[in-house]
Amino acid sequence: MRFFLRRTAFYAFTAWAAITINFFLPRMMKGDPVSAYLQKNQGRISPEAIDSLRTLFGLDSTKSLFEQYIDYWQLLFSGDLGRSFSKGLAPVTDVIASAIPWTVGLVGIATVISFVVGTSIGAYIGWRRGSKADGIVPVATFFSTVPYFWMGLIAIAIFSTTLGWFPASHAYDKGTQPSFTLEFAGQVIQHGFLPALTLVIGSLGGWILGMRNMMITVLDEDYVTVAQAKGLKPSRVLVNYAARNASLPQLSSFAMSLGFIVGGTLVMELVFSYPGAGKLLLDATTAKDYPLMQGLFLVITLTVLVANILADVAYAILDPRTRQMEA
Amino acid sequence: MTFPNPVAVAAPAAPPVHTRKRTTLSRLGQTFAMFRNGKSLAGLAILGFFVLIAIFGDWIAPYGPLDKDFQALRQAPSWVHWLGTTHMGEDVLSQLIYGTRGVLVVGFTAGVIATIIAVAIGVTAGYVTGWRSESLSALTNVFLVIPGLPLIIIIASQYENPSLLLISSVLAITGWAWGGRVLRAQTMSLRNRDFIQAARANGEPLYRIIAVEMLPNLTAIIASSFVGTVIAAVLGLTTLAFIGVIPITNLNWGTILFWAQQNGAFPDFWWWYVPAGLCIALLGMALSLINFGIDEYVNPRLRSAGERARAMRKKGFVLSDSVTAVRPRAAAKNPSDPGATDASTKH
Repeated sequence: MRFFLRRTAFYAFTAWAAITINFFLPRMMKGDPVSAYLQKNQGRISPEAIDSLRTLFGLDSTKSLFEQYIDYWQLLFSGDLGRSFSKGLAPVTDVIASAIPWTVGLVGIATVISFVVGTSIGAYIGWRRGSKADGIVPVATFFSTVPYFWMGLIAIAIFSTTLGWFPASHAYDKGTQPSFTLEFAGQVIQHGFLPALTLVIGSLGGWILGMRNMMITVLDEDYVTVAQAKGLKPSRVLVNYAARNASLPQLSSFAMSLGFIVGGTLVMELVFSYPGAGKLLLDATTAKDYPLMQGLFLVITLTVLVANILADVAYAILDPRTRQMEA
Repeated sequence: MTFPNPVAVAAPAAPPVHTRKRTTLSRLGQTFAMFRNGKSLAGLAILGFFVLIAIFGDWIAPYGPLDKDFQALRQAPSWVHWLGTTHMGEDVLSQLIYGTRGVLVVGFTAGVIATIIAVAIGVTAGYVTGWRSESLSALTNVFLVIPGLPLIIIIASQYENPSLLLISSVLAITGWAWGGRVLRAQTMSLRNRDFIQAARANGEPLYRIIAVEMLPNLTAIIASSFVGTVIAAVLGLTTLAFIGVIPITNLNWGTILFWAQQNGAFPDFWWWYVPAGLCIALLGMALSLINFGIDEYVNPRLRSAGERARAMRKKGFVLSDSVTAVRPRAAAKNPSDPGATDASTKH
């Protein structure tokens, strides 16, 4: 129980910190682009929308900082993140809601594939230590030090412009409407293949190396020797004894590295013009659409937090010790 | 503060394997022992190459980075322009050479700032106990979880012309947490060792325990977290430059890619965009190699495991088989413990 309480407290604290950073970010801004924008568009924005923008960006100079902070929380709980300047004053929540599924889908699938494949390869290399398989490590490291966006550009140059195998941009063909048909799903897979492949190749190295190093440490443990001495099948020793224990630190570093992974994929979406949160954020940056930028940062951070919680649950399932603490 | 320099105190940390006379040189050698292996040396060599280019860029570069030659637009590599030219007739090789400086300066500045923060918070969090340790640890974890790049993009976009120091600081603030976490764990395991207990019993002041007793034992981890932050900062900087958040006046490898993409270099003008990406990868690879070497120094098993396995395979064993495998005839002539002993004496 203690474990879960501590984790819950940690997540609550992190969420609070992220929201508070988001509160202070616009207040540190130089100048006041928002009120300039509001003045320019007087009459076009509803009074309520202006009110919420004033609260979000700290334009209520009559109120104290603390009162602003309380108002800010009230807005968040009512799901109001202001209006997007660059998207025809649509509510920020709606704009983000249309983009987030694409990012979560692409990054989620790519990351899970990369984690599973990388961990398996790492387990194998650690198991066959000292063999030729060790040569995979430097190759994978090379690919993980190449910037995602550059690899994406090269992939586009080779596979879509030159060879024409995959479309170079967007999440589905132009002119089609998103629907739950087989044809549309095929388009999504075709469009998502290259970005996902680049993400997987780029992040594989870290998982391979981490797992290999853990395997080498775990394989020297007595319980592995005992398992082998009992005459268990090598595959059983590898999977159930060595890899299962070695993958635990992998899982916690998985949770911790999600922030980095998300950062890399944002730029990825720019390269592939993928209609996700990263593309939206970069567009908002160019358009100086501050409400959208704020909202996106908040949503991205909270999404990473949710992914962290999922990784924690998986950890608790794999490691009985965390559950035994309850007893 | 009159305590001796950290090089001299590194001695008790190292295993007392030799009876040679301790000269200043051998002490210095011990401090840098973590770099004394093939991988680290290879990494340092590549890094040194880039550092030299950064320092002597003005003399090496055949042209100025922004010199325009309108007679030679988008030229493929030739003897005149080794890596071809851009859409404005600028020499790509010269841009790469001048760009090295921007990348290295920001990378190392961010690395230094991040390492200072990581050591200050990580070591303190590891040394103190109770709620103070917990709250510092929570702070570290918050910085780990919050995605850094979106935050950097938002902050950088609010400045018209962010300085190099500002960019480095932001990269450092979002990048120190991993090192801080590792340092906290290591400090926690150190603080209960005998020599620390003895120092505390002797009444040594806190700063002395941390600076003289602990830091020398943390050098490898500090070095590795420094190198890790530099890798992240280099990737972060080039990414920011590529997006166009950083002003183009700061020439680095990311800016070259930014211009290449803006001016339709993909996919035909490969000489414009391939070298810059390869340089980033090569620099990252060099830094990773240094870290592999440090890892193997900290955890010698990483290296010896492979050697041991190879040695056993030579004698006819396959490590991944069950231990109960019958010893082959050829190996039976050599009754010594297979492999395990020679590896443990090496490191």
